[in-house]
Amino acid sequence: MAYEFEFAPVLEYTDLLLKGAFFTIALTAVGAVFGIGLGIIGAVCRAWRLQPFAALFAVYVELIRNTPFLVQLFFIFFGLPSLGIHIGEWEAAVLAMVINLGAYSTEIIRAGIASVPKGQLEAAASLAMNRYESFRYVVLRPALQTVWPALTSQVIIVMLGSAVCSQIATEELTFAANFIQSRNFRAFETYFITTAIYFAIAIMIRQLMLAIGKRYISGRLS
Amino acid sequence: MKRRPFIRRLAAGAVLSLLACSAVFADVLDDIKEAGVLTVAVPQDFPPFGSVGTDLKPIGYDIDMAKLIADDLGVLVELVPVTSTNRIPFLTTGKADLVISSLGKNPDREKVIDFTDAYAPFFNGVFGPDDVAAADAAALSGKTLGVTRGSIEDLELSKIAPEDLTIKRFEDNNGTISAYLSGQVELIATGNVVAAAVNEQTDQRNLSVKFLIKNSPCYVGVAKGEDALKAKVNEIIAAAKADGRLEKIAGTWLQQPLPDDL
Repeated sequence: MAYEFEFAPVLEYTDLLLKGAFFTIALTAVGAVFGIGLGIIGAVCRAWRLQPFAALFAVYVELIRNTPFLVQLFFIFFGLPSLGIHIGEWEAAVLAMVINLGAYSTEIIRAGIASVPKGQLEAAASLAMNRYESFRYVVLRPALQTVWPALTSQVIIVMLGSAVCSQIATEELTFAANFIQSRNFRAFETYFITTAIYFAIAIMIRQLMLAIGKRYISGRLS
Repeated sequence: MKRRPFIRRLAAGAVLSLLACSAVFADVLDDIKEAGVLTVAVPQDFPPFGSVGTDLKPIGYDIDMAKLIADDLGVLVELVPVTSTNRIPFLTTGKADLVISSLGKNPDREKVIDFTDAYAPFFNGVFGPDDVAAADAAALSGKTLGVTRGSIEDLELSKIAPEDLTIKRFEDNNGTISAYLSGQVELIATGNVVAAAVNEQTDQRNLSVKFLIKNSPCYVGVAKGEDALKAKVNEIIAAAKADGRLEKIAGTWLQQPLPDDL
């Protein structure tokens, strides 16, 4: 027997879905900016072996990359209050995303930095560029350029991973979907629409990252 | 020579089944007193109402209730473990005299069996620490409450909750309880049995009842038409309520006093 789709009961909750999508995007945006920022700092510390930061980042990267995101989230949301640190579900979700993306992007960007040939740095030195200039133009830029596609997909992975934030009652897209589905029992239709929204957001992020990459990373210096 | 034992067994069987038939038609209360044994169907998979203790004997609210009734009748108790699906058939087929198995009353069940007065509270409500006052839904205004998404208490509370109550919906019971214990929400809406289990296992943060959302107390089930037995059990329940014995059972298994309306 063919399944009869009925989208009307889901469309009643359009507001909720849009709100959820908005919060997913907001979570991802904040998470991506600070996560990549943290990744750049971590990558530089590790690549240039700035002790003791390099060692600290090494521990951090191993810890985060070898534990599930959901557990990290629970640790922050349910664990920290026991230590007297109270943070709401939004702060917990954002923090978890920044920490998670930070660890992955540290490794991605470090790989980028490692790919910059030594000769290029020597060339920069011979052109009398100072340490900051050579880092910015000769190391970071080409490094980011190399790993930009990898970073883009990592941001998308984190965006999709933000679905588990619904577990701590963060009202993002998956939360909205679960909520709607628990009210109208139209699971198939609800997740059908939700899937489409996630897909659209992922494509949007990819295009946006592509544009940012073109404009600021691989574009010509003005 | 071989056939005689068989015939004898057949005859014995016929007599026994006749006896069994007559037992169904006789007054069960008289039979119980005569036999000196009260057979009670109890749960064994539903703590705190009925579960198996460390010595493999059944323990729980329903078991204590069965013992209380047998004591007052002056007979021994025989416990028959049942599941939630076969507890009513055990009564209708005469395998048990009473069903004390966290049984709620509904019209469908009332067609098949009779119910005594309520003996145990079973409800969904709003729970929280002692120092937070919330006597009704309106008093939740401005507060933060955790609930398990899609549960009865979520659906019922969403209808009556004030606009400015922040409801945080969690995936499952554990999420809701963890959120409460870690202080992420001020109050939670859940079942009294869940609250009792939490109070028993942790003293991080006490859960006391604020108000009821949906009430569905437990009743003792008796076979249809056994009015003498039903009256006697009602009498015992009333006496146990009056002299505090029921209160003590509730204190032991639910960690909460009996609600006034029981």
